[in-house]
Amino acid sequence: MSMKALRAPLLSLAFLLAGCQSVLMSPSGDLAVQQRNLILTSTVLMLLIIVPVIVLTLWFAWHFRASNPKAHYDPEWDHSTILELLIWSAPLLIIIALGAITWVSTHKLDPYRPLDRLAAGRPLPTDARPLVVDVVALDWKWLFIYPEQGMAAVNEVAAPVDRPIQFKITASTVMNSFFVPALAGQIYAMPNMETTLQAVVNRPGEYQGFSANYSGNGFSGMHFTFHGMSEEDFARWVAQAKANGGDLSRDAYVKLAQPSENVPPAFYATVAPGLYQAILTHCVQPDDPSCLSRMQAPLPGGEAGMPSHPNSSD
Amino acid sequence: MLAQTDLSRLIFGRLTLDALPLHVPIVLWTFVVVAIGALALLGTITYFKLWGYLWREWFTSIDHKRIGIMYMILGFVMLLRGFADAIMMRAQQAVSFGDNLGYLPPEHYDQIFTAHGVIMIFFVAMPMVTGMMNFVMPLQIGARDVAFPFLNNFSFWMTVAGAMLVMSSLFVGEFARTGWLAYPPLSDIVSSPDAGVDYYIWALQIAGVGTLLSGINLLVTIVKMRAPGMTMMKMPVFTWTALCTNVLIVAAFPVLTAVLALLALDRYAGTNFFTTELGGNAMMYVNLIWIWGHPEVYILVLPAFGIFSEVTATFSRKPLFGYTSMVYATVVITVLSYLVWLHHFFTMGSGASVNSFFGITTMIISIPTGAKIFNWLFTMYRGRVAFEVPMMWTVAFMVTFVIGGMTGVLLAVPPADFSLHNSLFLVAHFHNVIIGGVLFGLFAGITYWFPKAFGFRLDPFWGKCAFWFWVVGFYFAFMPLYVLGLMGVTRRLSHFVDPSLRIWFELAAFGALLILCGIGCMIVQFVVSFRRREALRDTTGDPWDGRTLEWSTSSPPPKYNFAFTPRVHDHDAWWMMKRYRYQRPLDGFVPIHMPLNTGAGIVMAGLSFVFGFAMVWYMWLLAIVSFAALLVVAIAHTFDYHRDYYLSADEVRRVEATRTELLARHV
Repeated sequence: MSMKALRAPLLSLAFLLAGCQSVLMSPSGDLAVQQRNLILTSTVLMLLIIVPVIVLTLWFAWHFRASNPKAHYDPEWDHSTILELLIWSAPLLIIIALGAITWVSTHKLDPYRPLDRLAAGRPLPTDARPLVVDVVALDWKWLFIYPEQGMAAVNEVAAPVDRPIQFKITASTVMNSFFVPALAGQIYAMPNMETTLQAVVNRPGEYQGFSANYSGNGFSGMHFTFHGMSEEDFARWVAQAKANGGDLSRDAYVKLAQPSENVPPAFYATVAPGLYQAILTHCVQPDDPSCLSRMQAPLPGGEAGMPSHPNSSD
Repeated sequence: MLAQTDLSRLIFGRLTLDALPLHVPIVLWTFVVVAIGALALLGTITYFKLWGYLWREWFTSIDHKRIGIMYMILGFVMLLRGFADAIMMRAQQAVSFGDNLGYLPPEHYDQIFTAHGVIMIFFVAMPMVTGMMNFVMPLQIGARDVAFPFLNNFSFWMTVAGAMLVMSSLFVGEFARTGWLAYPPLSDIVSSPDAGVDYYIWALQIAGVGTLLSGINLLVTIVKMRAPGMTMMKMPVFTWTALCTNVLIVAAFPVLTAVLALLALDRYAGTNFFTTELGGNAMMYVNLIWIWGHPEVYILVLPAFGIFSEVTATFSRKPLFGYTSMVYATVVITVLSYLVWLHHFFTMGSGASVNSFFGITTMIISIPTGAKIFNWLFTMYRGRVAFEVPMMWTVAFMVTFVIGGMTGVLLAVPPADFSLHNSLFLVAHFHNVIIGGVLFGLFAGITYWFPKAFGFRLDPFWGKCAFWFWVVGFYFAFMPLYVLGLMGVTRRLSHFVDPSLRIWFELAAFGALLILCGIGCMIVQFVVSFRRREALRDTTGDPWDGRTLEWSTSSPPPKYNFAFTPRVHDHDAWWMMKRYRYQRPLDGFVPIHMPLNTGAGIVMAGLSFVFGFAMVWYMWLLAIVSFAALLVVAIAHTFDYHRDYYLSADEVRRVEATRTELLARHV
């Protein structure tokens, strides 16, 4: 018993120490900060009932042990209406509170919802235009296309601090999950479908990003660096990529999409027009049997439509 | 030449010598060790001439008690395999940092975590839960067997066939590298062309037949075969949880069967249910598999709740506090478990309203679960808690499970889940509830009902050693994973860049070693208890001063369980009988109608195994032949009218007299 009693506080101490420094507990993007706050609020709310339960369990088990002559023994006692009301209503109250928080926060922190603030107390400037980044999960690396800048990068992505970012996310073959813990929550990357993540980074720095959904052999090496930068540094980063990069033509994309592992960052100065849309609809190679544009354009929600009739060209 | 190739393809399909792991030393040596072990076991059985005994008394047995015990043995053997996988993963993750790639390349590591999940859920937890219900429930309701004794035997062997198919993937070909739920597109024929996913599909389909049939069987047993007087609200709580679990099995497993059949069609027949081509959609698979998958969690944990209810009441020397609310809580959980599946993929892009709905339904489940915890708490209150090993597991469960419940509710808050989904925090959470809930419950149940099954108790010293190793090991193995999850570490990685994570993985690996010691203590416990069985003998049939009907009969119970069907007047029937000084009838026995053993179940399951193996390797000829043979045996079995016999009154009298003598000697 004493061993167990000691273990809990020691572990929770280690927990707290490690937890405070961890990326989820000290993130750098407003969305991740709000998610962190939500995790803390919910945990505290639940501890209101969890801690008493653990204490009562250990106390009752110890106090009512068979060898304790002082403990009151009542072999018939198995019902108490008041207690029953209490034990159903105590969790109920916690869940009502937590449910309300859930409803509000899920809508407020919906990854599809355009941002309305840069950080706590800093509303979005009226002229703010989000930086659009098209994200493609390939086997097994990440491709980031910047339509505004007309460039692309593999396994490296950057954005100016305090400018809203709109990630449009898809995948080439299998499911992945796009996740930069310091920035915002994750969202799946799925072939033929588009998901969206609206986020903002508040502090300059280099942050780890990776796939958070197992996708095959090269999964462990499928990570990238997310750079939060000042506007000037970001402009420089784009210029450098444009100066050193090659061309991401459709043929170059097909070659890039071939499975490869632990791919170092690479840059492309130009991007074939409409490439992202072609990837999304599987139409990079026009004879691809699964090309959706020959069936039906994807719906605005990102979900691919059902084909009206499969008209094979061969 | 061409004809010859065609012939070999017809017979062997795509199976070639390359599928044997002759070029992979780790697997080869594992195979050699397993083969030597198996030969030694078979040799021993042959040497002691046990084949006939095993065949007559066990393999062909339709006695629910023996089938229950065989389920438990299957679960324990597969636990060793699943745990071997676990320790390999912990070792890999503890060393694989920076330049060190560890000792497992991804193609092995990915098979191992897939196999670990599949084995632990389908071939450890499921057989053990089913075995527990099989053994205990009919005794608790005063029945002589289950409703369909032959079906019971067949269900068991189908589970074994599925387990054998998974095991053979270790040595012939490979297992799936997709994760335990095999999401497409990763599991489709383009991304996973080899035999791994096919092993997965056929192993689960074959075992699934067994699970579904056993669900129907136990459900009918509870509904139709309760002793007179045992109305629904007088059933023991374990029987209630068994009822709800089997309702869940009957309603959920067909979904699994259907979704795996669709995946098989995609892979074998070129259909496009889950592909990205021709309008197929992988999101349907994810939805369907979790519509089975979430109830599955409750299929496992409800019987564990039942075990804890029995154990807490018995060892607190008090009736269960709030029986009625316990029953309603169980039923509410059963219903709600169908309304929460989407919480497994909040991050798939469904809208905020859908996500909040499923988040909140998930949280609502914690209300009845919380009520249950309080009920156990107040059962101890004003009790006389005897700290026998089953009670120790129960207290450890209550402390551990509420932590897992808390992290579970946290994961049910969608925006929190966006950060924690698929992370090691999630891995820690579900091990927290499955080990802390299901496994601790099964261990409590095994210790509690062992004397009933074998006539002697388990040695408490080694039981306590196992307990402490397991509990402390659990905390060491999984608390670091919570921390790692908060550090943003995702699961299923075989290699890491950041060396600062390493210490946490080393702690987790140490925890896994402690659990290994716990498993070792369990094996020692079985051996020691068997050797000391005379000292640990239970002569009364009621070693714990129990409350329910299974303790009214002898340990081990006679074939027919009860010479006379008991009459029930209240819940805790045996406690009442003891209180009113129930006298065991010593005369007036009548012949008892009994089912006859049959080998049909094991033969049909064997043919199913052959069929599954043939399908995995595209051996179409063998597949057709084995499937036809399966049908023939099944039909032939229906013409077997010699299925029952009467145990004569004299035989019953003889068995009961032996017990009378035993009781008299040990008053």
